[in-house]
Amino acid sequence: MRIALFATCIVDAMYPATARATVKILERLGHEVVFPSGQACCGQMHVNSGYLKEALPVVANHVRAFDTEDYDVAVAPSGSCVASVKHQHPMVARSCGDADLEARAAAVGARIYELSELLVDVLGVTDAGAQLGSFFPHRVTYHPSCHGMRLLRLGDRQARLLATVQGIDMVDLPEADQCCGFGGTFSMKNADVSSAMLEDKTATIKTTGASLCAGGDASCLMHIGGGLSRQGSSITTLHLAEILASTMDEPASVTGEVLVSTGKAAR
Amino acid sequence: MSTFLGMPALPVYGSGNLHASESFPKSAHRELGNAQLRSNLGHATRTIRDKRTQVVSELPDWEQLRDAGSAIKESVMARLPELLEAFEQNFTARGGVIHWARDAGEANRIVAGLIRDTGETEVVKVKSMATQEIGLNEYLEEQGIAAFETDLAELIVQLDHDKPSHILVPAIHKNRTQVRDIFLREMENVDPDLTNEPSKLAAAARTHLRRKFLTAKVAVSGANFALADSGTLAVVESEGNGRMCLTLPETLITVMGIEKLLPTWQDLEVFMQLLPRSSTGERMNPYTSLWTGVTEGDGPQNVHLVLLDNGRSAALADEMGRSALHCIRCSACMNVCPVYERTGGHAYGSTYPGPIGAILSPLMTGIQAEENDSLPYASSLCGACYDACPVKINIPDILVHLRSVDVDSKRGTKKVPNQMDVGMKAASWALSSGKRLGLIEKGLPLSRLAAGPNKKITKLPGIAAGWTQSRDIPAPPTQSFRAWWNKEHHTPDAGVGTPLKKEEQP
Repeated sequence: MRIALFATCIVDAMYPATARATVKILERLGHEVVFPSGQACCGQMHVNSGYLKEALPVVANHVRAFDTEDYDVAVAPSGSCVASVKHQHPMVARSCGDADLEARAAAVGARIYELSELLVDVLGVTDAGAQLGSFFPHRVTYHPSCHGMRLLRLGDRQARLLATVQGIDMVDLPEADQCCGFGGTFSMKNADVSSAMLEDKTATIKTTGASLCAGGDASCLMHIGGGLSRQGSSITTLHLAEILASTMDEPASVTGEVLVSTGKAAR
Repeated sequence: MSTFLGMPALPVYGSGNLHASESFPKSAHRELGNAQLRSNLGHATRTIRDKRTQVVSELPDWEQLRDAGSAIKESVMARLPELLEAFEQNFTARGGVIHWARDAGEANRIVAGLIRDTGETEVVKVKSMATQEIGLNEYLEEQGIAAFETDLAELIVQLDHDKPSHILVPAIHKNRTQVRDIFLREMENVDPDLTNEPSKLAAAARTHLRRKFLTAKVAVSGANFALADSGTLAVVESEGNGRMCLTLPETLITVMGIEKLLPTWQDLEVFMQLLPRSSTGERMNPYTSLWTGVTEGDGPQNVHLVLLDNGRSAALADEMGRSALHCIRCSACMNVCPVYERTGGHAYGSTYPGPIGAILSPLMTGIQAEENDSLPYASSLCGACYDACPVKINIPDILVHLRSVDVDSKRGTKKVPNQMDVGMKAASWALSSGKRLGLIEKGLPLSRLAAGPNKKITKLPGIAAGWTQSRDIPAPPTQSFRAWWNKEHHTPDAGVGTPLKKEEQP
């Protein structure tokens, strides 16, 4: 299968290891990955902050980058950005009166999957250890991000994949379905409430005894990881793509530091 | 050509207790500092939340019920004028009197006038959001009429000279020891040895209220539903105080928002399943009172209904926002809201707090009223409210819609654009081209300098300081994914697809 990767802007710029891990997983399964070079961002930050007019060129860019490329399905290592592409892009085009863009956006949205959705529903991955060689000998808890959970209805796809990684010790996160408090510009506009939500999230993570918290959205993980770091905790966050890509020969880095992506393997 | 003299310009916005007088971040900051409040709220919302989840999971057709509730409400909004007229006709035919109120002021004057006509100076009240919304108690007090709340939690709040902080559990911010202290301080003839046991507190309230029920000649209520095909009103409550108020006095005055209509009796079936499970987590509602006009020799002989607009028509005129009027005031959205759970209801200013309040208040008053433009931002858009809503109001989508209404309403009005405006404009430019984003990513490693030896950024300027008040940011990588990909695949660096069309350039 020819799979187009939508890296998402935050992963592209801040967490390149997550996108490289996504490529690795898909190539390991024998698929061809392409990276539409015009891609940038889904525009969710603009939409969710009320700047629809400013979101339009961002949305138009995404649609153009993906509807001119030849691929079978697209994938992104983010529930939130996939939900934006699927649900918000046609809405932005419609509210700006661009019917042509709306139709093209809907077509692009129909072909994109969140990573765990693609792996489980389309590529038939049921056992990450056996099918991907995933090996990750750490005690891990897992935060299901809101948009994956509620907008894409990912259910337990991410958790099931993680549970089948060899060597992993998964521990349940209490009140896992509670938002971490990120919410894009909410974290700045309503910094106090956002921080209060984060405080409760990090407190529950600390009760699990896990050495790291996994998730499927880099932005939420940056938020939770940023809070843990500020609180002086040794617990870090890691995207599930990196855990799935981690093998005995090429183990994923668990330092929480952004990888310097020039070397061959994750260090 | 006909002229409509005195016809106000549309839309007519709502007035009364629908405003945040202080911006949400400010009031939230204050409320977050109240540790007792946070502990009370955390405990209470978690309890109701779990109860609701339990009883909802028992129903195999819950999702179909939600669909039905949503569809019925949608049809009501689509033919509201016709249904209102049908209701008026049926209600009047059965001996009731209808009064139409455009806004809070009109409604208050009508109610006060009706009470004055009876010669009474005291009324008992059934818990009602509509009368909170119009500030009826305060208005009546100015007119020399004392209104006594008879719902236990409303009574607590009233005795404490406080404001409700939740639409269903108005005293959710108080624990039972605080309630005991209020009773000891404010209640006449209360046992000085009163303890904080719930049964003792309820008994004290019952004794206090019984005197009022037996002497009151006038009652004021709200209504949960109005059935257009029969002219029937319905009140749904848990304590029996409503039943007392609706049956014992001679005069009954009900104030109801025009959106509370249901077309037929049959429709009530859906809502009597949705409402109790969503609100109190009960399978069946304890006291459901229905009345149709006047029944000779039985119950109130003077029955009035004030139909209240107060900004509902304005909300109805907003295509993207109008489904907020589907709300049946169950409060499930606030019980699951992580923001409400931490700030409590007072932070929202309006009678309607929580996620539904954050959309309903600005829809009814217009986004520019006082600080209501801060309400749509009081959400992380986690979506828990939409999942919990029994009539499927897509609150997150309406929040986003109202944010855009807010942003658009301020375009071109500021002498100097704020940081958010400037940032969004710049980001729009940067993020609408792979080439431009690639170039910016090349500059990112420079910010590693700001990170220092532990590779963390701990302090950012301007609005971004909100982030670094509780969170670090990792130092950016030395190479973006895009740059790595291009190198690996020998594609021209920072390549771009088709160039931007002129009209798509920001």
